[in-house]
Amino acid sequence: MSLFDHKISELHTLLQKKEISVSDLVDESFRRIGEVEDKVQAFLTLNEENARAKAKELDDKLAKEENDFGMLFGIPIGIKDNIVTKGLRTTCASKILYNFDPIYDATVMERLNEAGTITVGKLNMDEFAMGSSTENSGFRLTRNPWDLERVPGGSSGGSAAAVAAGEVPFALGSDTGGSIRQPAAFCGVVGLKPTYGRVSRFGLVAFASSLDQIGPITRTVEDNAYLLQVIAGLDPMDSTSANVEVPNYVAALTGDIKGLKIAVPKEYLGEGVAKEVRQSVLDALKVLEKLGAAWEEVSLPHSKYALATYYLLSSSEASANLARFDGVRYGYRADNAKNLIDMYKQTRSEGFGNEVKRRIMLGTFALSAGYYDAYYKKAQKVRTLIKQDFEKVFEKYDVIVGPTTPTPAFKIGEKTHDPLTMYANDILTIPVNLAGVPGISVPCGFVNGLPVGLQIIGKHFDESTIYRVAHAFEQATDYHKQKPAL
Amino acid sequence: MSRISIEQVKHVAHLARLAITDEEAEMFTKQLDAIITFAEQLNELDTENVPPTSHVLDMKNVMREDVPTPGLPREEVLKNAPDHQGGQFRVPAILE
Repeated sequence: MSLFDHKISELHTLLQKKEISVSDLVDESFRRIGEVEDKVQAFLTLNEENARAKAKELDDKLAKEENDFGMLFGIPIGIKDNIVTKGLRTTCASKILYNFDPIYDATVMERLNEAGTITVGKLNMDEFAMGSSTENSGFRLTRNPWDLERVPGGSSGGSAAAVAAGEVPFALGSDTGGSIRQPAAFCGVVGLKPTYGRVSRFGLVAFASSLDQIGPITRTVEDNAYLLQVIAGLDPMDSTSANVEVPNYVAALTGDIKGLKIAVPKEYLGEGVAKEVRQSVLDALKVLEKLGAAWEEVSLPHSKYALATYYLLSSSEASANLARFDGVRYGYRADNAKNLIDMYKQTRSEGFGNEVKRRIMLGTFALSAGYYDAYYKKAQKVRTLIKQDFEKVFEKYDVIVGPTTPTPAFKIGEKTHDPLTMYANDILTIPVNLAGVPGISVPCGFVNGLPVGLQIIGKHFDESTIYRVAHAFEQATDYHKQKPAL
Repeated sequence: MSRISIEQVKHVAHLARLAITDEEAEMFTKQLDAIITFAEQLNELDTENVPPTSHVLDMKNVMREDVPTPGLPREEVLKNAPDHQGGQFRVPAILE
């Protein structure tokens, strides 16, 4: 039994009662990392010395003051490596940032530090969050704790794997087209992509600015709600963060979903979705029915166009965002360049991996004179149609439910040969980012020992309802209690 | 018919400030052609009267009071620079 088998609220109580110390929690994190990290390889950078020092500091605080400390006080956390952490190496899993030590904290880090979490380390990912398997990391291969021959998903593969392996109680990831939900599904943990604008993106290294969101990856829905509570809200440093009140998310976890109206898009259970995954979702719907919810089949007719729309838009935005990596202000610079332009070219060619180059070129092409209307603007228009699909369904239903991914985790190397095959894996998560709505993945079964994720999608800024449904489902099942035999 | 030629790929690489070898140009041409061909399925849709979406939330021009606040200290900002001199970023010659 590990301390991390407890929910965050239980750890909090143990701390309050002085039955455990913050140092015990940090020790447990590094003990487990020592035990399994060789196999899982979730981390890019460990922050052991600072983490232990901060634990001591917080323990002193606990001993001295009788204050009611916040829920996240003293809890170790892992952070995806595209979120900047002051003084702690942040690489985006790219050689171009191999030596980058940020000089400020992302807003989410400021909030977490204030709440008293302890950053254990930075987690592996696909380079600049471009990928669905974490195989595009410039540094190391993260493995799925449930089967070391398989990928953990991506791009937040390190975050999901570290939580599943019990190395940290929770982690932050980022989701542009499924990068929190898909690895959460593959690793059997809970991952939320909040509504676009719910969480500040200040200090999240930008990939596709109209789609990126930071979100929590946790063992339980309740833990997820506690973490979102701390990081959500308006931030003057991010003009796309929304001025919308942050409700009490944990208060929404009533277990009561009587009368809830669920929409199940037929496009999410059609061909391309493995029959065992479809069965797991149908079984989950039966559980939700038993709890008093009702479901009906609906259509999101433009779903099949989401993938193409996403790759045009996200690559276009990436081509602009990644222009900043030029060897001038930070990161890698190629030696012996003849002149400035040559230095840019050599630096970027040596610093970026092939997937990043491919997307920068696709985006540059889609935005270039003569092609802008045909590709970029066309995709923006189709995005409107996809968004309207969701709006129509949400006029009549509270949530949309389907699988998170078409299959469970695939084998390492299985999809690296062909970019389009890899992209197809995100077909069920991408529409959610295009519409800007929130979505969560919760464990809903196993196929041949591999976890399957149930995706629950909500209205803009209605994370409370998806948490309520996810929590009710979780309480009625025990999938979240299963642990990989590492 | 291919959607993108090897010359176009080389041109796009130049625009994006990427140096690619002939072999890489060939590989990227094949892959980008497949992706662009796939993307052309969007042409099945009539979007004549559909407005484009660039941002999902209904927000425009977020303004704040124009109050000066201190920026990051210069030494800090230069800490990650590959090369700097006299408080400035230093780069190779711009003109030969």
